[in-house]
Parts: sequence; C-alpha cells; structure tokens
Amino acid sequence: MFRSFAFRPAERWCRSRSASSLFFPSWNFPIGLSLEPLVGAVAAGNAVVLKPSELAPASSNFLATNIPKYLEKTVRVVEGGPHMGEQLLEHKWDKIFFTGSSRVGRIIMAAAAKHLTPVSLELGGKCPAIIDTLTSEGDIRVTINRVAAAKWGLCSGQACIAIDYLLVEETFAPLLIDFLKAKIKKTYLEPETLARIAHKQHFQRLSNFLKDPAVAVSVVHGGSFNAENMSFEPTILLNPPLDSEIMTEEIFGPMLPIITLKKIEDSIEFLKARPKPLAIYAFTTNEKLKRKIIEETSSGGICFNDAVVQFALDGLPFGGTGESGFGKYHGKFSFDEFSHGKAILRRNFLIEVSVRYPPWNERKLQFIRHVYNFNYFGILRMLLGFKR
Amino acid sequence: MRRRNHDKLQRPQQLELEDRRRRRGGRRKREMEMQVERVVEEAREAFESGGTRSYFWRRSQLRALKDLILESEIAICDALMLDLGKHRVEAFRDEVGLLAKSVDHALENLKKWMKPEKVRVPLVSFPSTGEVVPEPLGVILIIASWNFPIGLSLEPLIGAISAGNSVVLKPSELALASSKFLATSLPKYLDNKAVKVIEGGPLIGQQLLDQKWDKIFFTGSTRVGRIVMSAAAKHLTPVCLELGGKCPAIVDSLQGSRDIKVAINRIAGAKWGFCSGQACIAIDYLLVEEKYAPFLVDLLKEKIKKCYMRPGHLTRIVNKKQFERLREILEDPLVAATVVHGGSLDQENMFIEPTILMNPPLDSEVMTEEIFGPLLPIITLKKIADSIEFLKRRPKPLAIYAFTKDGKLKKRIVEETSSGSVTFNDAVVQFVVESLPFGGTGPSGFGKYHGKFSFAEFSHGKAVLKRSFLIEISLRYPPWSEDKLQFIRYFYTLNYIGMLLVLLGLHRYTST
Repeated sequence: MFRSFAFRPAERWCRSRSASSLFFPSWNFPIGLSLEPLVGAVAAGNAVVLKPSELAPASSNFLATNIPKYLEKTVRVVEGGPHMGEQLLEHKWDKIFFTGSSRVGRIIMAAAAKHLTPVSLELGGKCPAIIDTLTSEGDIRVTINRVAAAKWGLCSGQACIAIDYLLVEETFAPLLIDFLKAKIKKTYLEPETLARIAHKQHFQRLSNFLKDPAVAVSVVHGGSFNAENMSFEPTILLNPPLDSEIMTEEIFGPMLPIITLKKIEDSIEFLKARPKPLAIYAFTTNEKLKRKIIEETSSGGICFNDAVVQFALDGLPFGGTGESGFGKYHGKFSFDEFSHGKAILRRNFLIEVSVRYPPWNERKLQFIRHVYNFNYFGILRMLLGFKR
Repeated sequence: MRRRNHDKLQRPQQLELEDRRRRRGGRRKREMEMQVERVVEEAREAFESGGTRSYFWRRSQLRALKDLILESEIAICDALMLDLGKHRVEAFRDEVGLLAKSVDHALENLKKWMKPEKVRVPLVSFPSTGEVVPEPLGVILIIASWNFPIGLSLEPLIGAISAGNSVVLKPSELALASSKFLATSLPKYLDNKAVKVIEGGPLIGQQLLDQKWDKIFFTGSTRVGRIVMSAAAKHLTPVCLELGGKCPAIVDSLQGSRDIKVAINRIAGAKWGFCSGQACIAIDYLLVEEKYAPFLVDLLKEKIKKCYMRPGHLTRIVNKKQFERLREILEDPLVAATVVHGGSLDQENMFIEPTILMNPPLDSEVMTEEIFGPLLPIITLKKIADSIEFLKRRPKPLAIYAFTKDGKLKKRIVEETSSGSVTFNDAVVQFVVESLPFGGTGPSGFGKYHGKFSFAEFSHGKAVLKRSFLIEISLRYPPWSEDKLQFIRYFYTLNYIGMLLVLLGLHRYTST
C-alpha cells in the first residue's frame, strides 16, 4: 500500500495504435491467416497492407476483390509474389506480421531491421505428440480420433500446428499403428476428405523425403503418391533415422513418423535436445508426466489429450518461442500485439521537494534514501527539519 | 644500385612484419572468439541444467544483487565519478537507490509473477482448463549504454533473473570504471555460471552478436540498434531495443508564479541535473508560445546561475568524441547566432556550460539529431496547440513532456501524438515508477521493461490447454456432411441449444 501511495496522483497507461502494419500470411490457411491478424490490427486502430500468399491465387484474388467492398481504405490488399514482397519490405512500417517458414522469417526480420520495425514471426517447427501407454480402450479410440485428425484432417498435415511426429513407448507402438491404420482406412482415404498438396514444389519436397532409402524402408503404411493430382496417401513410418530429413525438417504433409522410446518419460530429454516447436501435444492421464512436460520442455503452447484445438480458444495466446517464432495473437493478445501501451504519468505542481535537484549535499542524499525506502516518517521529519 | 638492392631486401622483411602483425591480430581475434563462445556455452549449460528456473535460485540471486548494490554504494559512486564525474548524490538518485528499490520490488512480487495465469475457456470445450505459464526464454544478452552504466546493466538484469534466465552482460566500454566494477563484483555475489560479464568494445560486441541468444536487450543509439537487430535476424532472436530520440517538453503559458517556479525546477533538473542532458529521457528541447518565451528564458537563466554552475555538481561530457560532436553543433554559425545563454566550452574538464538557444534552424543538427548534452533549444510557436502538429511531423520520441493545466490540451497530446510515454507537469520521473512500462515506439525502439514488464519481457507466456477423453464429439472429424457443418456453425457461435439439437437428432454420429 505504502509503495503505491508514493507516486500519486494518477499514473496509468493507455493504448495507442501502432499505425501501419504489413501482413504476410501463409498459403495453407490463406483466408484465416490473413484475416485473423487483421481482426487484431483493425481492433487496435491500425491501417493495414495485406499481401496474401501468391501460392493460393484464388484466395488471394478473393481477398483483393472483396476486402475493398467491405472495409475502408485503411485496409489494402496487394497481390504478388516474392518480388512484390521485397518491394513492400523496402518501405517503412510500424509493424510486420509474418506467418511462414523460418527461412523467409529471417529475410523479413533482416529487412525490418533497416527501419527498426518490430516484427511478429509465426513460424513452424516439428510439433510432436507424446502418446502415453493408455489402458482404457475408450481413451485410446478418442486419442486415435484426435491424432489422426490433427495430421490428416488438417490440411493434410500442411499446418504449423499439425502433429508432425509421435513419441511412443516401443511396447505400445504396434497397437497404436494398428488403430491408426484402421482409422485411415475408415476415414482418410476418400479423396474429398483430404486436402491436396498445395503446389508442385511442396509436393516434390514431400516425395523427396521418401526417396531416402533409409526412410522408405521404415514405411509401415501408405507411402504412395500421385504427382498428377498432387495427392499423397496418409503414410505412417516407424523409426525413420533421426538424422534423416523427415526427422530434422518440418514435414508439413501427410507423413507420420512414429519414434519409439524405452519409456515415455524419455520423450522429455528427446524434446529438450531439439528446437522448440510451436506446440507440444501429449496424450496421457499421468499427472506427473504432464507436470514434467510443462516444467521441463519449452514450446509455443502445450495441449494435453487433444491437438490443434488450442488455436480455437481466444483466451489463450497463440505464438511460438525460439525457432518457432515470437510475438503472439488471438483474442486480446492480437489487440496487444498491434498496440503500443503508452505510459501516462500525471503530476501536478502542488508538492515540490527541492531535494531532487542540485546543488547536492548530505541532507538531500538522506532524503532521497528515505524516498526510495518509502520511509514516510523519515521524509516528514526531514521536511520539518528543512522548514525549521 | 645499392639502394635498389636495399629496397628489395626491405620489402620481404616488411611483408614478413606485416604478416606477423596480421597473424597476431588474427590470433587475438580468434582467442577473443573462443572466450566469447566459452562464456556463452557455460551460460547455456547453466540454463539447460534447469537450475535457473526455480523460485529459490531467482530469489537468491535477487537478494545477492541487493547485497551487492547496498554494500558497494561507495564503489559504484566512485566508478561513476571516474567515468562521468557524477556527483555522489546524483549517482545514488539515478542508479544506486533506484536499483535497490527495483530489486525490492522484484523480490516482493516474484512469486506472484511466476504464478500461471488461469484463462477462461468456453463451456463448449468442457471439460478443459487453460492457463498461461510464464517460462524463461533461455540465455539473454544485455548490452548496456554508458550514461547510466550501472543502472542500465542491472535494471534489465533484475528482470532477466526474475524470469529465470541465464545472462551475459556486456557493459559499455565507454564507462571503463563501471564496466570493471561489474566484471569484478558480479561474480563475487551472483551465480557466476549463469550470470556472466564480458568486457570489451565493438569487436567483442560483434562477436557476441554472432552467437545464438534467446533474447537480446539493447540500450543505446538507433545506429547500433539496427546492427543489433540485423545480427539477431540471423538466429531469429527476439530483441528489445531501448533507443533514444528528441524528447520535447511542451511548456504552456502558466499563470501561477509558484507553478512557473516548479516547472522551471523540473525542466532544468531534467536537462542539466540529469547526466548533463546525456540521457535518453532528458528533455531535449522546449516548445513554447512566442510571447511566453522571453519570460521563460529569464527564469531558466536565473535557475542555471543559481543551481547549475557549480563544478563537481554537474556530470561532465563522457568523452572527447561526444564533446567534439556537441562543439560542432554549437559551431554551426546559424546555431551559434541563436545562443541566448551559455555556449562556452571547457575541453580540459570536458565541461559545456548549460546553454539555451532561441529558435535554431529546424533543419540544423541541433534540431534533427538527439542532442544528448546540455544544450536546450527553445522553439517558439504562435499558439501552444501547434505543438501537436509539430510533433506529429517528427519521429516518435521516447517521452513527451507537457507542463500545462489545460485539460483539453492534455487530452489532445495523449490522443493525437505518439511516444514511448507522456508525463504531465514533470519530467524523467516516469522512469522511477515501477508500475509504468518503460520503452519506446517507432524510432525510439520497442519492447518494455521495469517492474512486472521486465519479467514479461524476459519470459515466454506458454499457453497450456488440458483436455480430457471424457466427451468426444465425432462431428469434428471427416468424412464431412451438411449436418457436421451445421454443428460446427453452432459450435463457433456458442449456440448450445443448436448443438444439442444436432446431437440429439443425429445420435448415430456419437463416438464408436
């Protein structure tokens, strides 16, 4: 109480808008990743220039045609590819919001540095799902539903928060694989169910993963692909080499490596030795394990017994840490991300204490000591002493 | 002929000498690199071991830091006297006392700051709980400035330690005594595996920037800020840049003689009584109505004569380079012609007389660059409200000050200008208030600290969502249908009745 009393009258801080923001959304959720940050930027009172991804041309075109019909001139859409991106980066912005790969994230941040523009980088990473050895069949079925959906039901795994790979005890792996195979056969083989691979370059990248013989040999389900209609069969791999590309790069596709461990607690050390992902998932009822995961690993976020759904909750901040990026948004975090919290201190002329100013002497030093210690009696005594 | 032979002999020897020098320089550089790598590796190991995360470690380090500050008050003041000629009382006011207060604040609030924050989750996600868990970022690099060399090193250090990080601190090489003090004292009090000090100049700075960090906290100039951010981009390291700018003070035509006296005290204090104006939040220049200016100038002159002419009570200019920079500003004939008080320079003692300028050209260096010295330009306006447009046309400063009782003007300043902060009827003191975030915007930087903002700046707020297997709704999964679409529509509009109807009407879709 006494500490806060010292600096009356009013101190408070208020929001002032960030001004003009530049958005670079990604191609996998081209409408969502454009408009979600836009909600925050507009709520915070900014003007926005949005450059949708040229790799999703129909969505880009949709945004370019429709945004001007509904929103004021303060929100502009600029279509184009990397060259347009570079030109936009040469200008001065008050904030740049980027969703995409680490490689391009570096380019964006380096360009922003020239104008000292703060950036928010929503990058990716390999989001692991730790699957504990569950004993209840009901729990296993629910787990399988959620794991499968967070891989093959989410843009065919082409999502920053899709499950990238699984960590499972070696004794549990065979059962899990059987369940996953059954789930794939039942739900994820219909062509209309699966999003296709977005573009040729990406398709090439994914098929290259399987060209590594040491990886190909670890395929236990699926593995086939069709270059003509850019489709990939949901694929499961068991223990591909940890130094292969499929285990060092973010997959961003419908391949699911399963890495087996002697015991599930080993997953903590496994994760600590690797770059921080955007999300860690863990399917377990073991409270001790949950505690350990929270306290000993680091990631953008954690979700227990489900996956991806954290994206839908506005009360939770969404964003990465380390290699998965920095800055956060969703809900009020979006508003904050695009605001500057300006400190306002209102003082008045009523009380003036000359001990703040030179020329200096021991008494002034003593008085300042009392002020910093919130020693009100000491202050009063000295003031009376000064008056005398 | 002999001469030519002699020349021929000289050249190989010369080359060999140069080569040896280069190799020695290269070897020194490599040694420095190895030293830097070793220090960073140790700090990282200390963090990875998990030791810095516990409440007890953080508390013990903060307590040790408090002991260091209290026990070394004299040593700190001596170092600041050597580096900047800072008087003991000014050193206490601006660095020692302030730091002790900050550490106390952190110790009092650490438990609260470390506590996860529960987050409301919608009923539709029942049963689940959400919280935001603050976790340390990892290894932090703090690069401090020379004007408050102890304060600007230890204030962010308090935040970084509170948040559970390990830290490498590079004090400014332009404040050598303070740098030495930190390098010798910090290891005696703090966990020297997790809190490191590296002394050195730009070369060490560059080598540090080549390393991978989890955050870089920089206080200094815009020019170096760009270098820091560019280097950080290579590793995608988030940065906090506390830069400068020209902090204006809008001085309204005050009526009460007491109000005017207090305003003069505070303005003069925030320029000449504050590291001789060598501070990012010092008042840079004044904006005043033209009819009020002469009166203000007279009062300021009086104040200078009374309080700001005593040698030993004013900080000197830090070094020759800064001195020459300020000299050049004053030697611009168009600027020199506007000096209405002071202007004299004492190179031997590195002292520049408190100087007032009246309407120097707006395109001169004194009005386009941050002054960072004891020169106070006064710019006159027809009416004080014009100050708003004046400021809007210029880069956003770290602070805007306004001495006024006009409520409307205050409102306009808050709403129409942009700056790190705004302080009414005082200056610089916002730095002392822990509950206010301190940091810039635009060219004055980004990121904020002090109090709980420091803790947040050096933490990552990790979202943790706990769900259960209890309720499973297969309407979330493919294969898709119109009914599932309808359910999801109801879900997103939190239409519980709608969802229930779909569930009841389509019970064959419940989990198998």
